[in-house]
Amino acid sequence: MAGSAKGGRFRGYGIVRRILSTLVSMVLTFLGLTIVTFFIGRVIPIDPVLAIVGPKASNETYDRVRLEIGLDLPLPVQYWRYLSKVLHGDFGTSVITSQPVLQDMLHVFPATLELAVLALIIGVVFGVPLGVIAATHRGRWQDHLVRLLSLFGYSMPVFWLGLIGLLLFYAKLGWVEGPGRLDIAFDDIVPTVSGMITVDALIAGEHDVFVNAMQHLVLPASILGYLSLAYVARMTRSFMLGQLRQEYVLAAMAKGLSGFRVIWIHALGNVWVQLITVIALTFGSLLEGAVLTETVFSWPGLGLYMKNSLFNADLNAVLGGTVLVGVVYILLNLISDLLYPLFDPRARGRS
Amino acid sequence: MHRRLLLAAVAALPLLGASAAYAATPADTIVIAKQIDDLISLDPGEDYELSGVEVATNIYDRLLRYEADDVSKLIGGAAESWTISPDGKVFTFKLRQSEFHDGTPVTAEDVAFSLQRVIILDKTPAFLFTQLGWTKDNVKDQVKATAPDVLQFTITADLAPSLVLNLMTSITASVVEKKLALEHEEKGDLGNGWLKSHSAASGAYKLVAWKPNESVVLEANPKFHFGAPSNKRVILRHVPETASQLLLLTKGDADVARNLSPDQLASLAGNKDVKVETFAGSDSWYMSMNVAEEHLKNPKVRQAIKYLVDYKGMTDSFLKGRFFIHQTFLPQGFLGASDYNPFTFDPAKAKALLAEAGYPAGFDLKLDAPNSSPWTEIAQSLQQTLGQGGIKVSIQPAELKSVLGTYRSRKHQLLIVNWGPDYFDPHTNADSFARNTDNSDKPATKPLAWRNSWYIPEISAETAAAAKELDTAKRIAMYEDLQKKVTDDGPFVLMFQSSQPDAIRANVTGFHEGLTEDITFYRLIKKN
Repeated sequence: MAGSAKGGRFRGYGIVRRILSTLVSMVLTFLGLTIVTFFIGRVIPIDPVLAIVGPKASNETYDRVRLEIGLDLPLPVQYWRYLSKVLHGDFGTSVITSQPVLQDMLHVFPATLELAVLALIIGVVFGVPLGVIAATHRGRWQDHLVRLLSLFGYSMPVFWLGLIGLLLFYAKLGWVEGPGRLDIAFDDIVPTVSGMITVDALIAGEHDVFVNAMQHLVLPASILGYLSLAYVARMTRSFMLGQLRQEYVLAAMAKGLSGFRVIWIHALGNVWVQLITVIALTFGSLLEGAVLTETVFSWPGLGLYMKNSLFNADLNAVLGGTVLVGVVYILLNLISDLLYPLFDPRARGRS
Repeated sequence: MHRRLLLAAVAALPLLGASAAYAATPADTIVIAKQIDDLISLDPGEDYELSGVEVATNIYDRLLRYEADDVSKLIGGAAESWTISPDGKVFTFKLRQSEFHDGTPVTAEDVAFSLQRVIILDKTPAFLFTQLGWTKDNVKDQVKATAPDVLQFTITADLAPSLVLNLMTSITASVVEKKLALEHEEKGDLGNGWLKSHSAASGAYKLVAWKPNESVVLEANPKFHFGAPSNKRVILRHVPETASQLLLLTKGDADVARNLSPDQLASLAGNKDVKVETFAGSDSWYMSMNVAEEHLKNPKVRQAIKYLVDYKGMTDSFLKGRFFIHQTFLPQGFLGASDYNPFTFDPAKAKALLAEAGYPAGFDLKLDAPNSSPWTEIAQSLQQTLGQGGIKVSIQPAELKSVLGTYRSRKHQLLIVNWGPDYFDPHTNADSFARNTDNSDKPATKPLAWRNSWYIPEISAETAAAAKELDTAKRIAMYEDLQKKVTDDGPFVLMFQSSQPDAIRANVTGFHEGLTEDITFYRLIKKN
């Protein structure tokens, strides 16, 4: 398969190959993911039958349910059954909610997505500039301040931050609303379109609902955003330090470009390539659902759903959730792969 | 930097204006903050979790009831009056005139369908009715509508009439609207799939919505035959974190908080907007001792261990306000309950008993314990006090569900867990604590005595006799005797009965948490 002829065809070939290899790795990742989760789900110490029938059930009921969910079959057969169902879009029914897992996902994932998007925006909008400032003021008080801020965000338990945040901004100051996604007075006003209440409220043109949803959203999102900020700022700082050492920076300065332009346009421009990966990873971990944050804020998102499912040995729900998270990561990887060429001209020609 | 400030200001703008406007809950709506993640179905033929039964008891009327106005008195629910044949086998109920939420009258046909479907569905609570002798094959003959307003059923088992009537107050005796359930039937499930999250009922509330792990919304049924509820809506909000429950309550966004910890309750002491009320619960908290274990086989060892528990030390400290000492298997409030509490913390006596049993130097035991509060604290206290008698305890912490699995397969030595009665009759506990006639590895049911390998044919016979006794005074005496035997010799260190403190907004009246979830009613709750 020697590369031939002109650049144009070479480039086309590269894209095809990239898409192919991405697809293959997606399928492999997906398979690996389902295998690992499936078998972990079968060895956890909680008995899934007991989770359904309760500890007082008779043996007869117990045995019947065990047959119903197919636990008497050999593991590989169970796995094959599961996989073939999943490939048809059937993730089974959740024990806890009695609904198809896919439907549950469509309900809990938007709640987490809403939180994650706002948190990511906060993390990036504040984190990147802070990182740049820390890098350009290396060793000075600005740098120390940013590092202290990051360290604090890193080391404080999110659980504690959430409770303190609630105590201060909800209970004492009354600036934001408390746990939950909406006040009960606003429940079920806007029709569900995206599942993200803020977005749905905008679609329905319900200004009051939007404001209330934002008041509920802003605190948990800020806290998660702060944690992302700590990571993004630290990474930006180290990437920037790398760039500032490069000769082109010195050259640009020598040519008389303003410091502002050199730092914020040229150096930061080059940092974006690396930052995309960092941001994608941050977004990925936000989308997994933050169990502790969701617990403190009674936020019915993916994290809380997964925790509950796991503790109740709700295997279908755990598997469905894991597959969803896996797919999200695969997609984020794909997107950041596709974004590279936008920021790095060299990546456009490379295969 | 400017950009940042600007953004922050823009983000904050809409937040400053509208905050105080919706601080309190609406006057006709009661908001209850509670952990409701145990709720997995609202179909009364399947529902058997604490939160689920509590919600369902407010949605569905039952054949008979202990009702909100006087929870100690057995009265008719859907039934108006009833008669029992002299041999105690045939029960005939005359129904009162009442309506389902959609206006359809409640008929004997609906009641017969409701009782039959419990057996046919064969879900977790079905065992309540199978003990009457009903099976899939005979239930349609045993339970019948003999007239539009007369229901008659026959039991084949030998049971005291008071026990049978008490079973008719349990979740499985909920009246389901036959036509509506069958309209939503799928693959012969008698509407089970649909009823998990919808209601076809005639009780005090209509189910508006149940969002798993989020909320349950109930709307008052003004035509309820015991009278319209004092409020319009009741909302149960799932608030997993108790500190968040506390904040919602103090802020007025919740009217009742159900899961606060003792220190959180203590922090409310000076708050005049909130009151704390404590209700007796019916859970028995105990440590079980597997008799299959070499040392625990010896009754002297079991007795010694009962003297090595610091009952009072625990209820005076970390369990304060949530438990009281109760060493028999029937909770206070039940027929036949006793205040026989013979054991106190007495290491000297315990050591003497252990020496008599041939273990003056003590031995090692494993203790399975759920890994959450207050189990952890109880386990630590037990470890410490048993150690004083020379018994070295190693704690095996695990998720509650996993501990229950260990228990069910009798793989434990010592294990702490709790037990709640299934219906309002002493037989429910006696049948588990004091019955084991088949000690093989595959018995038909796994009563608690079996789970501890305690083989007791004679005591089991007494339990069966008590369940059949027609004379209530005699029946009470039999249960008192049974409890004494189990407490003295049994494999259970019965320690505490639960009590449930609830934090309630000061302007809210009429909330009363029942002895069991079957009698926790919302319809008298009112906001002033």
